[in-house]
Amino acid sequence: MKRAILATLGLATTFALPAAAEDIKVGLLLPYSGVYAALGNDIDAGFELGLKQFGAETSATFEIVREDTEVKPPVALGKAKKLILQDNVDVVAGIVSSGVLGAVRDMIDGAGVPLIVANAGNDEATGADCSPFITRMSFSNGQVNRPMGKWMAEQGVKKVFTLAPDYAAGRQMIDAFAASFTAAGGEIVGQEFTPFQKTQDFGPYLATAKASGADAVYVFYAGGEAIAFVKQYDSFGLKAELPLYGSGFLTSPLYVNAEGPAAEGVITALHYVPTIDNAENQAFAETFTAATGRVPSEFAVQGYDAARALIEATKTGAADRETLASALRQVSFDGPRGTTSIDPATNNVVQPIYVYETVAGDNGLTQKVVAQLPAEADPVNGCQMAPVTN
Amino acid sequence: MAHDLGFWTLQALNALQLSMLLFLLSIGLTVIFGLMHFVNLAHGSLYALGAYFAASLAAVGGYWTGFFLAPVAVAGVGILLYSGLIKRMRKSGSMAQVLVTFGLIFALLDLTRIFWGDLALAIEVPALLDGRLGFLGVEYPTYRLFIIALGLAIFGALAFVLGRTQIGAMIRAGVDNDAMAACLGINVERLFFIVFCVGCALAGLAGAVAAPLLSVTPDMGLQILIPTLIVIVIGGLGSLKGAIAGSLIYGFVQTFGAVLAPQLASVLIYALLAAVLVIKPVGLFPAKG
Repeated sequence: MKRAILATLGLATTFALPAAAEDIKVGLLLPYSGVYAALGNDIDAGFELGLKQFGAETSATFEIVREDTEVKPPVALGKAKKLILQDNVDVVAGIVSSGVLGAVRDMIDGAGVPLIVANAGNDEATGADCSPFITRMSFSNGQVNRPMGKWMAEQGVKKVFTLAPDYAAGRQMIDAFAASFTAAGGEIVGQEFTPFQKTQDFGPYLATAKASGADAVYVFYAGGEAIAFVKQYDSFGLKAELPLYGSGFLTSPLYVNAEGPAAEGVITALHYVPTIDNAENQAFAETFTAATGRVPSEFAVQGYDAARALIEATKTGAADRETLASALRQVSFDGPRGTTSIDPATNNVVQPIYVYETVAGDNGLTQKVVAQLPAEADPVNGCQMAPVTN
Repeated sequence: MAHDLGFWTLQALNALQLSMLLFLLSIGLTVIFGLMHFVNLAHGSLYALGAYFAASLAAVGGYWTGFFLAPVAVAGVGILLYSGLIKRMRKSGSMAQVLVTFGLIFALLDLTRIFWGDLALAIEVPALLDGRLGFLGVEYPTYRLFIIALGLAIFGALAFVLGRTQIGAMIRAGVDNDAMAACLGINVERLFFIVFCVGCALAGLAGAVAAPLLSVTPDMGLQILIPTLIVIVIGGLGSLKGAIAGSLIYGFVQTFGAVLAPQLASVLIYALLAAVLVIKPVGLFPAKG
């Protein structure tokens, strides 16, 4: 008897791999340490939940191989090579930092492995540097800020002072906002780019903003810088006379409670907030909170939707690198963010943008959606999309 | 850009507030170095620990608990470091000391990650210091005025202790010539231990004070380390005068650089550092003339 069981077990393990022909190996390339570890963990949790939630819809099964980028481009490139050449993954997902995305881009494109970008927002990745193998399920820096320029001008804001950290993402976010704001008749009365990750005291910039004669201030900051900025903005008493607007990462649910009452009344725009009113989002927010004890952030939803996009792609029968890459480019579904689809011209996600105000709620701060701005595909930005060929 | 007087007063206060924060950090580091020629690169990590202790204690017992106990807790960590590591490293040359304390930065960085997680923490400003005060014709956050006052008070206290008391005389003698001080019957080793603990406590205090103003992140210690080193190199090693002068120069150059020449803001201070090193390599007010 025992022998028979062992034999069956042996057979089962021998045949398990070839039997599941649609076993898809996913390489998750995320920062699990370093400054963006919290983002990496949220994306990971979202991705797992996505696979669990929608896994039954496809016959494919998924195996995850995790690698830590440490937010260091050279490290990430090594890990990407390991995933592609040694682990032989069918698809890579993740990537938080645009610097990391830039480093692995040629490797991914050359090896012909589909990559689902779950955060990194640099405009070039779906612009001049676009690749048929790189599909972005998160956002592009321009996409989040562009609609806000027009919207603010429509709200009667005339003169704006902008502030952002001095690096590629900071400049892309502010440039997209400034372009649409001035096109809609607004005026940028001053701009400052603060040394990235070297500025902790925003006092000097805040005094300059105050003296600039602007009606409002528009900023992009994230993480620790966002917390310091919002608190200092409030401590100088600027919020009352000079309303604070910005890219929604400023008051992300991931750290808005650390900002405390200083964040109340700040109006920002983002592709996701946990309070979006639709059934998909309600279900997602509930299961995510049940699984992790946290309110889902935009990073969590990016991981969740990346998993969902992968499942949608496998539902078309795609199972290897080439077919998955083609299928990912045609993904479209109604998710927590509303109707989410991929623009085949750039492989960037097309999604509505939500303008929200941070307000006091029952359990700390919450997000009140003020406006839903229609989904717009990014301009092509010099992307010449090659067909998928391996 | 035409600005009124209020604008410049505001910026001068900003500069002063940054200077005082840096002073709290650099004074400990510079006296430790001056007295024992020991380079403690992990000083910034102690500042970060101070902020984390303050955040945890403030969550339990309010801001003032954190404010008073965080420096004590950091001094405790300092005692552990001293007896476990630094005492043994005293004779091993500055390169080994730099490497060990450099390694310590990363060990402490990961320890704060493990204990407190990756998400940034924050402390609320206590109700007493919340809001703004009219000061020299401008409205300035009360908490920032508190930092300036605290920095000046610590400076005054240290100036008194170092300049007017017996232990101050012993410390100055030790900085000047430790071998001779030992010959005169001063227990230089014990003196160093005391100074090291006080230096750690001041770093912890700086962290606790900075926490409500900035955000508490694991890498805040790394971010503050370079400015602190610049302060002591500009000011000159080992002296109180050097630390306060270096801090003021850094604070004003950084603040007014950001206002007047924003494109050059991050370069300006390094250019000044290079100029000081070329013209006066020992710094402006070194302890040993």
